[in-house]
This record gives sequence, C-alpha cells and structure tokens, in this order.
Amino acid sequence: MKLLLKIWRQDGPKEKGQMVDYNVDGIEGDMSFLEMMDILNSQLIEKGEEPINFDHDCREGICGSCSMFINGEAHGPGRNVTTCQLHMRSFKDGETIFIEPWRAKAFPVIKDLMVDRSAFDRIIQAGGYVSVNTSGNTQDANSIPIPKEDADLAFDAATCIGCGACVATCKNASAMLFTSAKVAQLSLLPQGQVEGKERVINMVNQMDLEGFGNCTNTGACEVECPKGISLDNIARMNREFLSATAKGKK
Amino acid sequence: MVLDSKTPEGPLKDKWTRHKNEIDLVNPANKRNIDVIVVGTGLAGASASASLAELGYNVKTFCFQDSPRRAHSIAAQGGINAAKNYQGDGDSTYRLFYDTVKGGDYRSRESNVYRLAEVSANIIDQCVAQGVPFARDYGGLLDNRSFGGVLVSRTFYAKGQTGQQLLLGAYSALSRQIAKGKVEMHNRHEMLDLVKVDGKARGIIARNLVTGEIQRHSAHAVVIASGGYGNVFFLSTNAMGSNVTAAWKAHKKGAHMANPCFTQIHPTCIPVSGGFQSKLTLMSESLRNDGRIWVPAKLADAKAIQAGTLQGRDIPEEDRDYYLERRYPAFGNLVPRDVASRAAKERCDEGFGVNKTGEAVYLDFKSAIARYGKEDAFVHGNKTPSAEEIQTLGKAVVASKYGNLFQMYEKITDENPYEMPMKIYPAVHYTMGGLWVDYNLMTDIPGCYAAGEANFSDHGANRLGASALMQGLADGYFVLPYTIGDYLSHEIRTGEIANDSPEFMQAEKEVKDKIDGFINAKGEKPVDHFHMRLGKIMWEKCGMARNAEDLQKAIDEIKALRIEFYANVRVPGLVNGVNQELEKAGRVADLMELGELMCKDALQRTESCGGHFREESVEIDGEQKGEAKRDDENFTFVSAWQWKGESGNQELVKEPLEFKDIAVKQRSYK
Repeated sequence: MKLLLKIWRQDGPKEKGQMVDYNVDGIEGDMSFLEMMDILNSQLIEKGEEPINFDHDCREGICGSCSMFINGEAHGPGRNVTTCQLHMRSFKDGETIFIEPWRAKAFPVIKDLMVDRSAFDRIIQAGGYVSVNTSGNTQDANSIPIPKEDADLAFDAATCIGCGACVATCKNASAMLFTSAKVAQLSLLPQGQVEGKERVINMVNQMDLEGFGNCTNTGACEVECPKGISLDNIARMNREFLSATAKGKK
Repeated sequence: MVLDSKTPEGPLKDKWTRHKNEIDLVNPANKRNIDVIVVGTGLAGASASASLAELGYNVKTFCFQDSPRRAHSIAAQGGINAAKNYQGDGDSTYRLFYDTVKGGDYRSRESNVYRLAEVSANIIDQCVAQGVPFARDYGGLLDNRSFGGVLVSRTFYAKGQTGQQLLLGAYSALSRQIAKGKVEMHNRHEMLDLVKVDGKARGIIARNLVTGEIQRHSAHAVVIASGGYGNVFFLSTNAMGSNVTAAWKAHKKGAHMANPCFTQIHPTCIPVSGGFQSKLTLMSESLRNDGRIWVPAKLADAKAIQAGTLQGRDIPEEDRDYYLERRYPAFGNLVPRDVASRAAKERCDEGFGVNKTGEAVYLDFKSAIARYGKEDAFVHGNKTPSAEEIQTLGKAVVASKYGNLFQMYEKITDENPYEMPMKIYPAVHYTMGGLWVDYNLMTDIPGCYAAGEANFSDHGANRLGASALMQGLADGYFVLPYTIGDYLSHEIRTGEIANDSPEFMQAEKEVKDKIDGFINAKGEKPVDHFHMRLGKIMWEKCGMARNAEDLQKAIDEIKALRIEFYANVRVPGLVNGVNQELEKAGRVADLMELGELMCKDALQRTESCGGHFREESVEIDGEQKGEAKRDDENFTFVSAWQWKGESGNQELVKEPLEFKDIAVKQRSYK
C-alpha cells in the first residue's frame, strides 16, 4: 500500500519543529509500524537525507521505548498495543498518517520523535522500591503467604512498562497512572507496606516537582495504556496519600 | 599461555563457602574511595550496580537506553529456576547442578555451575523481599512450572513477564542507590572502548548519545554486563540495540573470547514472514508444558498446507506426526532447546513445513484445551459436558495460563491460536559464549569483570530454559559483589585514577578517529544493508547446522563484506548530537569481526555438542542414530580466543574441563 506520512521533525529541545510530508510505497499489512519507519529511513539515507530519530528497542511491546503519537492517539489506533506491536494492516491504502512525539512539559523533545522521559526514573528514585539490601540474608520466600488475589492485583499494576502513553494522552499531562501503578503494587504486598506512607508522599511530591499536571479523572490514560493499567490504581494511591497525610506525614 | 580458572580447592559443595571465607575483603571506609564502572543495566548490570553501591563502593553505571529499566532482560518471558524444592518433587542443589551441566552438554565449568545452583534459592528470597509479584497458588504460596530438559517443577514465574518483573526489582534497588548518590547513572551513553593502564582495566571511553560528546571515565575496576551478541544474525529475539561492542572492545584489549560459536537457537518463535522483518518474537518455552508440536505425517498434506489449500486443524489425528513425542518418549515436547530446534529443522528440511515458506511447525493446544475443559467441567459438577462446553471451559483455562502470549501471537500473525494451531520456527535467542572469566568472574585483564550473558561461564554448549535470569541475578547480587573485593582489596592505596593519562588520551583519540571514519566514508548503502547481509551469511553457514566447507566460505565472505562496509557505508548526519545511524555503524563493525571469530571457532570444533551441530559428527547407528555426536576425548575444553592485532587472526587457548562430581555421559532424552 501507499501512504502519506506527516511526521514531526525537530532538531533539538530548543529548536522549532514542524510537520514534514513523506510518501512511502510498497508497505505490506504484515509489517509492523516501526518496520514501515525503517523502510522510510533507508530511503532517506539513500537519498542523502537525515533519517527520522525515534526511540525503540525490544520491538515486542515490553521495554517501553517506543513512543509515537499516531493519528492523535498514543501508540496509534490499536488497544493494548505499543507502537512496535501495531501492524500496518490497521491502515488503508492511500491513508494519511500523522506521527508526532509525546507532548508534555515534563517530557522535552530531544530530537524528532524522541523525548526525554527521565522524570519517570526520578519518580521511582523518590520511593518506588522496598528498602531491602541485596545481601541474600532475607527470609525464606514462602514465609509470608500472600493472598492470590492481592498478588495478582500487584502483578497487574507492576506490568506498567513506563512508556509514558498515559502522560501523552492526558489533557493535563498527568503522571498519576504511572506513579499510582508503582504505589499500588507495593502497597498491596506486605513487603512494601512498612514504608508505604513515606513512599506515597515522596513519589507524589516528585511527580509535582517534575511538572506533571493533575488528575481530573477523565480516564483517557487507561484507554490508551498499552498494558491496560487500571484507574483503580489511582484511587488506591489517593487513598494511601490521604491516609498518609492524615497521619501527619509530609 | 595458560588460563587459570582459579577454582578453589576442596569438595565441590564446599568450594564457594570456603572461597568466600578466604577471599580478601575491603573495609567500609576504604570502599568509599574505590570507584567501579558497570556497563549495562540488565539483570546482571542492575543487580551488580545496586549491590556494589550498597556495599559502599562508588558506582558509575552506563546504559545506551533512555532508562536502565529498558534493558533487554525485560523481555524474558517464562521464568527463573531455583532449587527450592517447594513442590517436593525431588529437586535439590545437586539436581539443578546436574541438569545444567548435562543440558550444557558437558562443556561448562563444574565449579561455577554448582555455585549457581547453590545461590539460586537466595535469588527467590531476595526478589520476594523486593516486592517482585511472582505467581502464587490459592494458599498464598509461590507457584512453579516446568521447563525443557528437566524432570522437576522448579521454575518460578510471573505470567509470561518474569523478566520484566525481575528487572524492575533490580531497577528499583538500583534506583534506591541512585537516589542516595551511591550510583552515578549515565543513561543514553555507550561504551566505545576499554582503557588499560599498566595492564589493568582503569576505565572506559563513552559516547553521550544525545550530545555526541566523547567522555573519559576512570575507575578501579570495570564490570561488563552488556548482554549477548545474537544480533550478529540480524534477525534474532534480541532487542534492536543489543550488541557486542562493550565485550568486543575488552576482547581487543586482551580479554579472551570463550566459546563464541555456542549459540542458542530457540525452538518456539514466530516464523519469519517477509524480507522487511527487523526482529523475531519468542513464544515462551512454557507453552511446551501444554502445547504439542507436530507436522503432517504425509508429505502430500504438507504440500497442500504450503500451497494454502489445506488447514492444519483439518488434518485428522492419525495423520499427524508428533515428532518430538515419537523421537524422545521420555522428555517428549520438553526436550532441551537445541534438540527441539534441530528436530524442527530436520522435519522442515524433509519438506514437512507448514507455512508458505515451508519453515514452520505446529504448536497445538487442542489436546490441552480438551483436557482442561473436561477437568474444569468435572470440578464444577458437570460430569457429562458437551463438546462445546469443553471447548469454552478449556479455552478459558488456557487463557488464564498463557493469555498474554496468545494475544501477542495473534497481534503479530493475525491468526487466532485458540482456533488454529500456532506456527513456530527456531530463531536465534541467546549466546552461551562470551568473555572468558575465572571463578571470580574476572576476565584475563586484571580488574575487568564480565557478568550475565556477556560472560561464558555457566551454560556450556546449551542453556536450559529459565536459567538466564537465574545466572544474571546470581552474578550480580551474590557472586560479583564478593569476588570483586578480592581484587579491590589490593587497590586501597591506589587513590583516584586520573582520566587524562596518555592511555586515556590515546583511547579517546582512537574512538574519535573511528567515528570520523564512518561519517567520512560517504558511501551509498545504509548500515542495515550490511547488517542484513552479515546475518544471512551467519544464519545459513553458522546457524543450526554447520559444516567445514560452509564455515570456511562464511569466513571469506565476511572478510569481503567488511572491506565493502568500510568503503561503501553511508552514515548521514553529524558527529555531534543524536545520530542513530552512527551508533549502528559502530555496532555492526564489531559484529562483523565477531561473526568471523564465531565461524573460526565453529570450524575448529569438529564435534557436535549442544547448540553447535556439525553435520560431519552424528551417530551412525544404534538407539541414538541421527543424534548429535560429541567427542569428549578431543573437545572437553573451553576454546578461548586471544586477539592478535587483526580480525580473524585470534589464537586459540584451551582451558581443559574436568568433571569430578558428575559422570560424563551421552546426553539422552529418549
């Protein structure tokens, strides 16, 4: 199939960007979206132009690197998929496709479709861990049984891949879904509950410091999340946060 | 030249304990004055960084991704082995050790494997303490499943995302140390050379992938945990960025490369669908717990399927050849990966493949759906369920076990695996070879260590499923933090290492010259063009089956390709700033040199063992007719290659392998 691509090009964080038109031909339905981008880039290189820069790595939907805003949706039209798992059979011959980077104050553009998501790392550094040393002198793994239901819920929250689709989708560029997924995972497990109050306060503070917006319960993040992380996590985080602040932690 | 493995004396089961008691330690005040560089943030790199920082060292960690959480360990699906014996099915440290040595076809170092089995149980305790949400049963205790090549259930898992959960655990421990200022994290940085001063590893040259700046970083020791080199085949289950550069630079500075030809071809991947394809996707080995592998028994049926006139599901039971169950009744569909891959290739080479290219076999859940459906109906009081009810219930059970894998399959292939048998084919997945290391995980460059898939140590000629995660975390959490002290205890008086010594300046200049060379080549073809051609040579001549004639041809072809590459590659853009083509050019240049060495290694090893199958070396008759034939008399050694100034001129050094606690036998899964 033949496609017209309108792609955001931007040289650096401080430069002005713009949409640029590219035509591609010979695209097959079995190709992934990124393979289509590879073909375009090969053509650009052979023509002596600079290829389009974008983040990508595992190409199987788990590393969270890829981050394209396609036709107005994070990771494009599919549900529960990342850009690398999106296949060209989702598009029609002759279609025009708009491709943009994640747009959020806390995710400055590095180049073209590549953005800086290190704010997410700093939110995790603020408390997204259990303070246990890796000495190997921990107790036996089966000494604390955990109800299957809690373990499963913790797992569901823990499957977040940190891609930032939630932020890109949210009209407020809020990072509540990302942050709450980690808070919820650790608050559901006895190992994480000990320092739960400090954790939620520190992570939420860091989130605000990074310049992410507030949550207004629109729910768009959940719809666009490639891993289907549930809004329930946000409710759980709000509960944790309220109870922590009520107990005088700050 | 003799390579000293520094294996401690004494009985196998006491070696590690005794070694830990005897090695030198660094006192906490001195650790604050010692710097360690870690390259890579997968399971081995992230866990080593976190553990070394907790111990008190100053750690500088590097990854080329935009966050340490994205390293490719994240994509591991099935699980992690540990000799916990929670199932009470006869597992033990010795049995895990035995299975691993046997699975590796007796080409690994006994002492290292035993230590791995010994610390495996600790890993699970550690990860649970970190909040890793492993699968649990209704009693709230940890659940297990089975993997290939073993007869017990010792694999811990988190659905089909075990690697993700373990890596995020290690990433959280690393994040905690970054927050404390004990780890200085360098995201989007790539190591481009190792710097040696007075014979010791003293730092690295790195490129900032955002600004293009070339930096000199010094330290008292360097840990290479940069993963494997499966991308030499272009198409593999590795991430697009996975590369050999860090390890290869260490090799060119004197570290021996061990068993480079030992490559794991994973039997259950989604088949190649077209020439544009950029990577292959694995379907977890755990699927072989319930899925049955088959091809049509009649050639005419296979031809009809290839032509698109017949569907696999319409072939009656009696016309199906469950070839693994037929050839290996004891292990059936759960034979080790190398055996399963070769058997698939054998059937497809005979013309029985089941897609249009003839390079696919079926992985079928029909029996499992029926079995689980009946069980579930029975449990719910329905003693005479209809065929329809069985299907519905059975599919639900299968979905609860493998749902995310089935969904992934459907997205890629556009076929529903609940209705149609999955099509799978072997693909390059893991490299057992890597930097040679001693018992302390140190390469033969003093102060340069290698951990995880980047080293060669534990898997011999074939790795068992769910053992890569185990090894990565064992190295990083429990082995390296101890053994590195033995070396660093002699560094407490060294003081800070200068990063402007002539050695650093020279290395920096060489890196810059190499980069300028790529930019100035101004040829016609993009890097990928050469990478694809390299991959094709490697897959056809150094892939699942190898022979002397093809290997020699491959060496000649790669040499020619390399010359063409330097003359005709086109890297657009500038040295400064983001330049993804420049990153690829450097990686592919190293992969070409590595590919040549892999062929050279495969050529000298005229036996078949594990993933390395030489067509000249098969059993001619008896019960094992047609199976791979090992040659213990002549090849019970590690082949370690020493760089001699030019690609392809490496010299072979042999580290003999001794098996004192395990009887070396023919590896039979029949």
